Amino acid sequence: MTDILFSEEHEWVRVDGDVATCGISEYAQVQLGDVVFVDLPTLGAEVNKDDDCAVVESVKAASDVYAPVSGEVIEINEALETDPGLVNSDAQGDGWFFKVKISDASELEGLMDEAAYAKFCKG
Amino acid sequence: MVGFAGYDMPVQYPMGVLEEHKHCRNAAGLFDVSHMGQVRLEGSNAAVALEKIVPADVQGLEKDRMRYTMFTSDSGGVLDDLIVLNRGDHLFLVVNAACKHEDLALMKEHLRGLKISYLENRALLALQGPKAVTVMSRIAPNAAEMPFMSATEFEIAGFNCLVTRSGYTGEDGFEIGLENNGAEAVARFLLDQEEVAPIGLGARDSLRLEAGLCLYGHDLDQNTSPIEAGLAWTIGNRRRKDGGFQGYDRINRELTHKPSRRRVGIRPDGRVIAREGVEIQVDGHTIGTVTSGGFGPSSECPIAMGYVASEFATVGRKVELLVRGQARPGEIVKLPFHPHRYFKG
Repeated sequence: MTDILFSEEHEWVRVDGDVATCGISEYAQVQLGDVVFVDLPTLGAEVNKDDDCAVVESVKAASDVYAPVSGEVIEINEALETDPGLVNSDAQGDGWFFKVKISDASELEGLMDEAAYAKFCKG
Repeated sequence: MVGFAGYDMPVQYPMGVLEEHKHCRNAAGLFDVSHMGQVRLEGSNAAVALEKIVPADVQGLEKDRMRYTMFTSDSGGVLDDLIVLNRGDHLFLVVNAACKHEDLALMKEHLRGLKISYLENRALLALQGPKAVTVMSRIAPNAAEMPFMSATEFEIAGFNCLVTRSGYTGEDGFEIGLENNGAEAVARFLLDQEEVAPIGLGARDSLRLEAGLCLYGHDLDQNTSPIEAGLAWTIGNRRRKDGGFQGYDRINRELTHKPSRRRVGIRPDGRVIAREGVEIQVDGHTIGTVTSGGFGPSSECPIAMGYVASEFATVGRKVELLVRGQARPGEIVKLPFHPHRYFKG
């Protein structure tokens, strides 16, 4: 599995072969506050990079989640249905959202590594 | 921090909205609600005059008792909701921050001859929750005996406070009005009590939503009548019979014949959140709109309020909620979502 990569919309990606696990960053979960619902994409859906493909609802507001890479959704984190708080407690681990089968690996090149993302968040 | 009616308001403190909400339900929470407008009305027959623009029985209000009411428009809509307290030699009003300038203009227009003072230099704190009375009794033993919707004065941390047993959470609690110069000292004194944690705007909203209480500009507006909003209980018998307030025609008509729509509680199935603006449908036809919605931390599920056509306003009625273009099942339920725990004496 590769190192974690981040988008400017605060999603993260970890790549294992041609499968990308996606979620929202630790920085994003802190901004959102307590997460109470996650609307995940349907299994088998084709998502395009930068499409809104999920919604995360916190006690404050609903926020769109954008696909950091294009591909077919092959797995969703069903644990979030009963325990959306996983997004707060472990955003970049157990709080993952969905996995996609990457259709264009070159899209990963536009993402940031951890150091670049930390700098990006500081603005 | 977020901007609200010209004030910087904290959405949450480090505890976070969910924990703040639960802390207020289980112990005591302190809210800074100094953005609310505090107004003093003086003059002979102030109660008679005020009754021209509110449907409450103000004349029947005993000294140091208070009532929830609303300014009504000519066409029977709600211009603002407010608290009116009888202080004996004057009336004391608490109005919404976002409406206070319009409210003052309305009062100046209709309450000629009364002295209307907007108390710019007053702060307002709210101490809410089952342990609020424990804290207040430590300061003033008689506080425990105060019935819901009554007022008294005592010192907290050396500052004179107007203390009322009231609030906006559905819990027992107190609201504390005082001059600005003592606000920080009193707030810090209360926060130093072991039961008390600071509560932000986020939990204030989820607490009042669970308690089924209206938020002006969302669940109430100038097109909505008190009867549609389920607030007929705020209109005393004399006022229903004799009228004499703005909007009486519509309000009287809706009291006699049903209003065309009603405020209801809504419970979305599952965990999807139905927020303000979500359409409420039956068999694909829109029957109403959500006016407040979110997650109820004590209800442990999504909750909402909204208006639906009266024929659908029955508990148990299945509806669909159009969330992000998708019809999600839900049900009309009884308000409040969380039982009120006021101290009635």
